[in-house]
Amino acid sequence: MNWQLVPQQFATGLLNGGIIAIIALGIVLIYRSSEVFNFSHGQLVMLGAFVTWWFAGGEETGNELFNLPLWGAIPLAVLAMAGLGLLIERLALRPMTGQPLLAIVLMTLGLAQFLEGSAAIVFGIQPKNNFPAPFSPSDVITIPFPGAFNDAIIIKQALLATAIVAVVAAVIFMLFFQYTRIGLAMRATSEDHELARGVGINVPRVFGLSWAIAGIIATIGGVLLATVTGVNLSLATVALVAFPAILLGGLESFSGAIVGGLLVGLAQALVQASSVQVVRGTSEIAPYILLLIVLIIRPEGLFGEKRIERV
Amino acid sequence: MTALRPAGDFDRTYEQDMSVIRRPWQWVALAVVLLLALTAPRWGSAYLVSTANHIFYTIIAVQGLNVLVGYTGQISLGQAAFMLVGGYTSALVTTHLGLPFPLAVLVAGLSTGLVGLLFGLPSLRVKGFYLAMATLAAQFIIPWVSRHLYPDLLGGTSGRITAPVPVIFGISFGEVNNYFYLSLITLILTTILMLNISRSRLGRAFVSLRDNDLAAELLGVNLFGYKLRAFFIASFLAGVAGALKAHSQRGVGTEFGYGLEESIIMLGMLVIGGLGTNLGPFLGVTAVILLEDLAGVTGQRMAQLFPSQAARFLTSFRPIFFGLILMLFLIFEPRGLAHRWQTIKSAWRLRPFSR
Repeated sequence: MNWQLVPQQFATGLLNGGIIAIIALGIVLIYRSSEVFNFSHGQLVMLGAFVTWWFAGGEETGNELFNLPLWGAIPLAVLAMAGLGLLIERLALRPMTGQPLLAIVLMTLGLAQFLEGSAAIVFGIQPKNNFPAPFSPSDVITIPFPGAFNDAIIIKQALLATAIVAVVAAVIFMLFFQYTRIGLAMRATSEDHELARGVGINVPRVFGLSWAIAGIIATIGGVLLATVTGVNLSLATVALVAFPAILLGGLESFSGAIVGGLLVGLAQALVQASSVQVVRGTSEIAPYILLLIVLIIRPEGLFGEKRIERV
Repeated sequence: MTALRPAGDFDRTYEQDMSVIRRPWQWVALAVVLLLALTAPRWGSAYLVSTANHIFYTIIAVQGLNVLVGYTGQISLGQAAFMLVGGYTSALVTTHLGLPFPLAVLVAGLSTGLVGLLFGLPSLRVKGFYLAMATLAAQFIIPWVSRHLYPDLLGGTSGRITAPVPVIFGISFGEVNNYFYLSLITLILTTILMLNISRSRLGRAFVSLRDNDLAAELLGVNLFGYKLRAFFIASFLAGVAGALKAHSQRGVGTEFGYGLEESIIMLGMLVIGGLGTNLGPFLGVTAVILLEDLAGVTGQRMAQLFPSQAARFLTSFRPIFFGLILMLFLIFEPRGLAHRWQTIKSAWRLRPFSR
């Protein structure tokens, strides 16, 4: 280990984990209300970033339909993505209600491919560098930290904002699912569709609503990601790292999604502080190694519900 | 599968009952198909032969996936990575050990089978979605290994090594017109293997643990043992397919298309063809590969129509077409083309009384 680098990598890892966490949050949300594991969430995140960029007049052709400042573009993008979420639920997932897991997984995988191709056609394949980010990459906070490299930790403001938004969003969702009628309805629906209908919950509406919320949270994640990395098609692949985070935290748990995201971010960053080159290279697969370990030792994750099933 | 047989079609001996090919005309049909396939390089265009070659080795990989997903009901998102293992093994043993090609393919299959067993181990404790995640880990870890470890053997960061042209009995299989035969013969062998697995003890154990693992355990099926066998067979066939793909492309590496997307496409091929049927992989792979070619042509046409936007059209239709067709199949025909074929067949037999 190169101990000088550890404090900096620790901070960067935690903050990168914030982004992973907010993506994981959207997937857990869908899973909790409809037991659909959404492999297309990454594509929704990517689309959220692109739509925001489009509303903010990103094309820069001079005659674009919208040319709003960021604070105006985000609400419109959120609305559009909530609509897209409703549409996806109605057209793609509702016919799959009650189908086996494999069919539902494949449905979201097919949806992911479809959304990815459509985004490429609608927005083009070139990365966009003119996202009106509230922070520039050079906006950093320097915290003195004796013993670290250069005796300081450097934190990007954009990353810090992301982490804060992720934690705030998680808290809001936890409260939402604990205390509001509709949140409780969503939990009841995920537990048992028929029982939920029996107590008067409109199950299709709950599904639609949860996809709309997922669209909203994907947009938030997309905007935050875009401030860090810019807008491009490969934003969708970031979501792949969210899957290990979710399993690590436990499938049903919002706080688990946050903790899992942070741990995955930490794992990715901390291996880079190693002095062995091969270990530094494991940064991209560290989440998956973590995933395999979790699957073998504690399959239900840190905060998940343990389903006892003896076969 | 053979649920509906015409009146008067009895089996009088056990040999008849066990036979795959029942009627004389089926022998004739098989002979005609084989003759057409064997002479294809004589009459077919270069496009036809190379597409057929591509279809053949992809079918082998999807047949393996069918054992795991279709028969045993375990979701795998890592088939393409297992193909990569097979391709590397075959390329390495032919280059460095000088093994003859058929033996190299076999070694590739076996070593990939072992790697598959390794990633099948979590199936001891987890199933369904969690197992899918374990295979997703394989899909990322295996290509990483090929890019980062043993750079002088595996090609390092560029992630590619060359696979030599197979030579058997002094005949070189460098041209696709020749190579076609290697894929075809291997496909025939794996198809016979699949037909026999699916109707023997092994296949029935797989189906029983797919349909109800609790009941299967009660009937004396050793769940973990059979799951591992399914993983082994699936990875074995992936390895064979990977070896064929590697020598056909003259190289192997992460840049030759062994990513998550390929794994997803193979799952899609299986669903479009029909899960848990032996006909499914043939129909699904052919349909999806032809569809991808159609998507490529569509992209080129659109690029010609709008030259200023060419880049966005050239590659985007492939995922759109594939995603759309997969979603439509899942909604309207989840049992795939094989089931559609069965309905057509029984309608033909019941004519004029079919609906």
